[in-house]
Amino acid sequence: MARLYPYPPTKFALAALVAVSICAPIAAADAPDSDPKAFEIAARSDRSDAGFGDSVADMKMILRNAAGQESERSMRLSTLEKENEEVGDKSLIVFDSPKDVEGTALLSHAQILESDDQWLYLPALKRVKRISSANKSGPFVGSEFAFEDFTSQELGKFSYTYEGEEEIDGLGHDIVVRYPLYEKSGYTRQVAWIDQEIFQTRKVDYYDRKDDLLKTLIFEDYREYDGVWRPHVMKMTNHQTNKSTDLIYSDYTFKSGLTERDFVKGVLERIR
Amino acid sequence: MNMHIASKIVAGLGLSLMAAGAAEAGEFEFSGSIGLEARVFFDEAQFDKQLDVFQGSTILEPELRWESDDRAHQIVVKPFARLDSEDDERTHVDLREGYWRTTGDTWEVLVGAAKVFWGVTESRHLVDIINQSDTVEDTDEEDKLGQPMVRATAFTDWGDLSFFLMPYFRERTFPGAEGRLRTPLPVAADDARYESDQERFYPDVAFRYSHYFGDWDVGVSLFHGTSREPIFDGVNAAGELIPFYEIITQVGADIQYTTGPWLWKFEGIVREGQGDTFGAVAAGFEYTFFQIGGSDKDLGLLMEYLGDGRDDTAPVTIFDNDLFVGTRLAFNDTQDTSILFGGITDLENGSTGLRLEAERRLGDSFKLELESQVFIESDDDDPSQAFEQDSFATVRLSYFY
Repeated sequence: MARLYPYPPTKFALAALVAVSICAPIAAADAPDSDPKAFEIAARSDRSDAGFGDSVADMKMILRNAAGQESERSMRLSTLEKENEEVGDKSLIVFDSPKDVEGTALLSHAQILESDDQWLYLPALKRVKRISSANKSGPFVGSEFAFEDFTSQELGKFSYTYEGEEEIDGLGHDIVVRYPLYEKSGYTRQVAWIDQEIFQTRKVDYYDRKDDLLKTLIFEDYREYDGVWRPHVMKMTNHQTNKSTDLIYSDYTFKSGLTERDFVKGVLERIR
Repeated sequence: MNMHIASKIVAGLGLSLMAAGAAEAGEFEFSGSIGLEARVFFDEAQFDKQLDVFQGSTILEPELRWESDDRAHQIVVKPFARLDSEDDERTHVDLREGYWRTTGDTWEVLVGAAKVFWGVTESRHLVDIINQSDTVEDTDEEDKLGQPMVRATAFTDWGDLSFFLMPYFRERTFPGAEGRLRTPLPVAADDARYESDQERFYPDVAFRYSHYFGDWDVGVSLFHGTSREPIFDGVNAAGELIPFYEIITQVGADIQYTTGPWLWKFEGIVREGQGDTFGAVAAGFEYTFFQIGGSDKDLGLLMEYLGDGRDDTAPVTIFDNDLFVGTRLAFNDTQDTSILFGGITDLENGSTGLRLEAERRLGDSFKLELESQVFIESDDDDPSQAFEQDSFATVRLSYFY
């Protein structure tokens, strides 16, 4: 579990290039080398997020099973932009509902090449527990989002190829395929539609390890905050199980003055 | 805590809450849970007066929180009550939490009754010494009484430092004569005696440092004050055991190394003041198989060694030379279903107990829990012998609001 955002990916193309070159030897055999055009499109999208500083948002998760039955979770999400290109962002998720897990919190320090550092807070026991972050492809809190859908969006974690352009609803899109370079991904590839106007990801098709279409993620309701774009609705549909999960963001606040000290494990027992 | 002091704290907090509310709106939040519990024992009682088969309970745990608009001040009041059908001692109330907390950029001060957890292992919580165990709730020592304290914490770049001053001691709770899972003679909890003339007003002090270094999480702690574990010092006129609480000094360390699917855990203490100075350890690992068989489920395997060097004059422990093996199955579904199953066996005399804990949310607001403990082998010389006939299963349905 980590940052539950439509992720602010890497801000520095240079760092990403370094990361790619280091990653390359461990890349899956079927991950092709990046082509420059695809990489530049991904990097431009990535850079559009630079300088957001910190953000706080409310998030509602609507989980739907194959029969259409819904259940809801609500949480608060704080994110601190990485201090430099050698580390990832830090994030804190605090659950508000269901009520029996109220106050449960997850602190994540994302890394580029190493595994993330994650601590879970269990309010009933007042216990802070360091947890394994090796679980890339598992579901996040029972949703159709996998851990890696949140945590592994850094530019340097993929290689990229260009698939062409497509116009959807009058808006031009570049289609870029991302091949995971990190270990234990549940995907062989992700096909991403990135628009040519504000350079944001609008849709992603996820292909499983057998290269069958597994999930589709749609990003909606992009709004601009001082030059930074955020989607307010993300809809993930699993084509193999017919389950789906919507994430609905509200009350975004940027640059609210959060610091490193708001993202240390000691804060977990006093955040509610 | 005696009810007089508890009610004073509640009243005091209530007043400051109202004062704070009048001065500044802040944000109030009222939540809590109500639980119904049925516990069934499989075997006939071993001791006189003990209940036979069924024990029912109602559990109330409301919670009131207030936070100032600038988030610098918090007030929390969280009482607890259990009404038990069989055991008068299990019917009890406690102020689990009742404190005011103020937080700055690099520090925090908390005044009132609070709960604190230290440690990393699963089968025994050696280092965790601040709160008294509410043993009448469960024998696993995970239910705790609220501890009155003043706590000051400094957050530094090289870790968190906490200082505790605890002016009032909480006596351990014990099942009454009707209760199961007790010593052969019931305990007269209220007749407790103390090594210190100040009795329960002997001030405890504690210090804790905790931080992480890459994949290592480290905590170091120091405690001086009244031991949370009593010895039993004779019998009163009613034929009940009298608890005796000694003054101890204890240092503790808890370390976890996290790498890939492995969590390596260590807890160790050295305690002076109860018999000869002794050391104790709990150490082992937790390994998780993620998404077993292509499903969403995670399966964890746990193993911990428990060793304790205390002598016969120190409080009795069943964890003197034991091995814990367990497994945790997390379904990762929308109902957060999970099952924990494990056993502890004494490596010298073979005494063995098994424990199962399972839980699942029903709808948005209910949670169903199942707990069972089975004592399959108890050596006559092992302290668990007193529980030999007390294998049980508990079903609990809780409503959260």
